[in-house]
Amino acid sequence: MNEFWIILTASIVAINAALLGCFLLLRKMSMVGDAISHAVLPGIVVAYYLSGDKTSILLLIGATLTGVLTSYLITFLSKKARIQGDASIGITYTLLFAVGMIMISTWLKGNVDIDMECVLYGDVALINLDKIIIDGNLYIGPRAFYVEIIAFAIIIVSLLWGYKGFKILSFNEDYAQSLGIRTGRWHYFLMTLVSLTTVVAFEVVGAILVVGFLIVPPATAQLLTNRLPFMLIVAALVGIVSAIGGYYLAVWLNVSITAAMIVVSGLIFSLAFIYVRFRERLGNKSVTEHLPI
Amino acid sequence: MNNCAIEVHNLTTTYGGAPVLWDIDFELPAGQIIGIIGPNGSGKTTLLKTIMGLLEPSSGYVKIFDQDLEKMRERIAYVPQRESVDWDFPATVEDVVMMGRYRKANLFRRSNRTDLAVVAESIEKVGLTPFKKRQIAQLSGGQQQRVFIARALAQKADVYLMDEPFVGVDAATENAILSLLEEMKAQGKTVLIIHHDLQTVSDYFDYLVLLNTRLIAKGTPQEVLTKENLSNAYGGQLTLLAKVANLIKENEFPIREKDMDL
Ligand SMILES: Nc1ncnc2c1ncn2[C@@H]1O[C@H](COP(=O)(O)OP(=O)(O)OP(=O)(O)O)[C@@H](O)[C@H]1O
Ligand SMILES: [Mg+2]
Repeated sequence: MNEFWIILTASIVAINAALLGCFLLLRKMSMVGDAISHAVLPGIVVAYYLSGDKTSILLLIGATLTGVLTSYLITFLSKKARIQGDASIGITYTLLFAVGMIMISTWLKGNVDIDMECVLYGDVALINLDKIIIDGNLYIGPRAFYVEIIAFAIIIVSLLWGYKGFKILSFNEDYAQSLGIRTGRWHYFLMTLVSLTTVVAFEVVGAILVVGFLIVPPATAQLLTNRLPFMLIVAALVGIVSAIGGYYLAVWLNVSITAAMIVVSGLIFSLAFIYVRFRERLGNKSVTEHLPI
Repeated sequence: MNNCAIEVHNLTTTYGGAPVLWDIDFELPAGQIIGIIGPNGSGKTTLLKTIMGLLEPSSGYVKIFDQDLEKMRERIAYVPQRESVDWDFPATVEDVVMMGRYRKANLFRRSNRTDLAVVAESIEKVGLTPFKKRQIAQLSGGQQQRVFIARALAQKADVYLMDEPFVGVDAATENAILSLLEEMKAQGKTVLIIHHDLQTVSDYFDYLVLLNTRLIAKGTPQEVLTKENLSNAYGGQLTLLAKVANLIKENEFPIREKDMDL
């Protein structure tokens, strides 16, 4: 039973990350996802300190807002202070992450729920310790699973509702703005969803490896598909397969489950890459025949 | 000017440093094909972006048909430089042209039948119907350029601003785009185009704006393409320019021959 919940929870983490990762990848902002996943740390610590609960709503909101603040700071540094894009990312997230580390080592010293280990690496194997039991003895799954499901619902509804907005923002932001579309709002909407994803994922997969879930499945999907809806679906599937395959690989080799999941997604990416190369070599190179109008 | 499509008034734009556009002031006639010319880095793209409200001017203003831009969004279409997007984006020709139908108000609705019809018509106009289901990465540069033009056509606007639509297209495509422009002009549309090839400007445009951070000259090609204006804009650097100016004078602005049907 434990196995079932671990795989299910990890799969939903993977789906959430894959869906949003597609838009980050297309916007060439994958590293902003990386930054956000680290920079939410002080938000998590402060909220945890105030609420004393690892899964409280306050914690989720507080940490998510820290993520949005991060993306705002990155934009501010690169646009207003005219600091190079990757440097603004580095400045922002290392600073926030460092502040979070100091907070943990002072405020939460010796705490059993949150320590650096847990924040950095998460531990999907432990999610079952925090169970939801109703009616005294009916076990309906780990708390983390329900947190992920709620995040999943929010993400799905947002993406379905805002699909056109996210799509045009990702392809051609200037053009979207020229149509009168408020691209700034769409940007921060997307950043909020990314923050939410990394915040809810941190106790399951940790702050470091969630980035793998944000980047690798979308990159694989982009190799294999040529329309956005397919890319989203394939990315989610790659995420699920990585979660399942990674779990069994980890059990087999007795290693970290999250790490094994990322390794599997890397393998899938490599296979896809080789397949695409192979197909190009064999297939018709002249896809762009000229046609005078 | 009583039939003025775009009014730019004392416009100055910067990217934080020294002004890239300095005190630009002009009015552009409606229903004409207008060229913006000037050397690399002279602020042509910046001017278009400022007119479209993508950049905030540090002073001055822009009016479209005597109104604020926000009120006129529906009537003005922008064709960005082709290199400004990543063509590996997972979308087909149809998907991209459909973006021309996106509005703030309909973003949360599905595309309707009118949208589909307009998209099909716009793709047909630029001759890409056989490619409509193709991913945009698998198009030639000229075809990609036409996708952008089709997307702007799908907006059904009155004023079109195009950033270098002739770059990287072959002669046949260039002519096809030109006849499309003539057709648009015949329907009373105003088209503003950034252009690089000085040899063709007097053929293509009814009205010219010559730019180099400041406004160097504006008016009909005859008025603008003088040796003096050109050397003011391009500096003494290019003897070629003098040759162009001479060439133009010698030929006394041949009227463009409209017999190149394709
Ligand atoms: N995002 C930016 N940040 C800072 N400076 C910029 C930016 N974009 C353009 N510039 C500068 O502004 C000036 C004008 O650029 P712009 O792109 O408007 O020129 P252009 O006339 O379109 O040139 P080209 O013919 O090469 O397309 C250039 O000196 C350029 O270096
Ligand atoms: Mg330019």
